[in-house]
Amino acid sequence: MAEIALDGVSHRFGALDVLVDVSFSVGAGEIAAIVGPSGCGKSTLLSIAGGLLQPSAGSVRAGGFPAASLNPLTFVFQDFALLPWRDVAGNVALALEHRALSPHETKTIVADVLARTGLSDFAAALPKQLSGGMRQRVGLARALAVRPAVLLMDEPLSALDSQTRDLLMDDLSRLLEDGDMSVLYVTHNLDEAVRLADRAIVFSRRPGRIRAISQAPVPRAKRRDPAHAETLARWRADLWDMIRGEAAEAERETVAERAP
Amino acid sequence: MKPERLEPVPFRGGGFAPRMSRAGGAVALLGLIALWQAATSILHVSPLFMPSPLAIAAALYQLVVHGDLLSQVGVSVLRILAGWSLGVVAGLALGLGMGLFSFARSAGFSIVSALFPIPKIALLPLMILWFGIGEGSKVATIALGVFFPTAISAASGVDSVPRNLIRMAQSFGLPFGDIVRKVVLPGALPSILAGFRISSSIALLLVVSAEMIGAEKGIGAFVLQAGNLMQTDQLLAGVVVLSLIGLVVARAIGALEARLIDWR
Ligand SMILES: Nc1ncnc2c1ncn2[C@@H]1O[C@H](COP(=O)(O)OP(=O)(O)OP(=O)(O)O)[C@@H](O)[C@H]1O
Ligand SMILES: [Mg+2]
Repeated sequence: MAEIALDGVSHRFGALDVLVDVSFSVGAGEIAAIVGPSGCGKSTLLSIAGGLLQPSAGSVRAGGFPAASLNPLTFVFQDFALLPWRDVAGNVALALEHRALSPHETKTIVADVLARTGLSDFAAALPKQLSGGMRQRVGLARALAVRPAVLLMDEPLSALDSQTRDLLMDDLSRLLEDGDMSVLYVTHNLDEAVRLADRAIVFSRRPGRIRAISQAPVPRAKRRDPAHAETLARWRADLWDMIRGEAAEAERETVAERAP
Repeated sequence: MKPERLEPVPFRGGGFAPRMSRAGGAVALLGLIALWQAATSILHVSPLFMPSPLAIAAALYQLVVHGDLLSQVGVSVLRILAGWSLGVVAGLALGLGMGLFSFARSAGFSIVSALFPIPKIALLPLMILWFGIGEGSKVATIALGVFFPTAISAASGVDSVPRNLIRMAQSFGLPFGDIVRKVVLPGALPSILAGFRISSSIALLLVVSAEMIGAEKGIGAFVLQAGNLMQTDQLLAGVVVLSLIGLVVARAIGALEARLIDWR
């Protein structure tokens, strides 16, 4: 069973302390939302978790990946990171071409994930022809194509308008339902955390430390049940209470940094 | 409080949107030529000083049909092709290296910034010493002139590839070679093709200069000789051919861009 564990991770960019002693682990099939004020090091943390950045201290370990996984640690990016010169199918295929797959297998996988993300009719479209929501579907399809064990999502919906975001949140919760992927979901949007996460890991302002880890009061399958609406609203309010002070403080610091 | 009367809101969003029209462009160009034709005949300008467009066209026709203008053009085009290809291949190699590897980057930038400002035609005498008065020196001068802008455009093309696309490719486990081939090269292509525009006009400039300095054949030698013989109509016929070559090359690069970077 897949698991990813961060142990005493700290990071600094030059003189700037960004993360201090971050430790937590995410188990199989679990969705952990990482929430915190802007600039607290969430993206940095995700890059470190996925091996794109070396931490100044501490370590990341992961394992228990299913044999079928082609790319166990897989990212979904905030800005989609699509190749503008490849069409939708080509962008998804990029993740597969260097793997030991026959052209037929590649084609089958691409067709399958495009169908699951509602993109079948757009296989030949270039990114520039797609709306933001569609582009992030491509980012999702590309990630699903490699059968990830751990999905690392950095504010996947924050480049989208709020209506598109709601639509994609539904699709996302459906796509994450099946399979036992572990998900690290960075967001500053508490609605996304409340809708999708099993646990919220709340960060302080920079340098980011874990302020609290909060278990969701309602299982994921029942999030849409109106009976739980109040409980969830309370959870959201609790999370916001933890973040508000930090966010306001971070905001003031940003202003102070920019002042001449 | 209700206002007395409502005034229409005046439109103030006009202008600042010039449009291109092909017909308009053609008319302007033909008008200019007609004006020139009229001026030469009305003002009785000596054809030695400034021949009329018709006289130039006639000279061009004569030179193509009865003279050897086409073979002169052929000589020049071959020199351009040889020098440009050599310079582009070497320049791309250095420029891509500069975009990808630390050593090539440090070495490349210092070398390029030291040598780029040299007007390459000044090196023709040196090239003649090295490669002889024949084709070698001309091809080498063109290659040198093309090499530097190509290297710079390739290096800045690689630099302009969004960092997050490379990180994305790394995160999906693409090997280095695949990242270069599938992400870096296509991303650098617009800048490389823009470099082709610059380097092709440099090549044309250099071939004419080199041929004026030391060549028996070639369009530059032809223009110079026509000037020496005060055959102004032939001289200008040669200039027309040169501008046609420039036009064709620009068109070809435009077509290449339309094909290769239609994703923008
Ligand atoms: N490559 C870098 N070099 C120097 N400083 C950096 C670098 N990347 C990020 N930083 C700084 O580190 C801090 C944390 O950045 P990071 O992007 O991880 O924050 P974040 O929590 O993801 O912010 P946001 O909510 O805006 O996405 C910021 O102050 C940022 O300016
Ligand atoms: Mg971020």
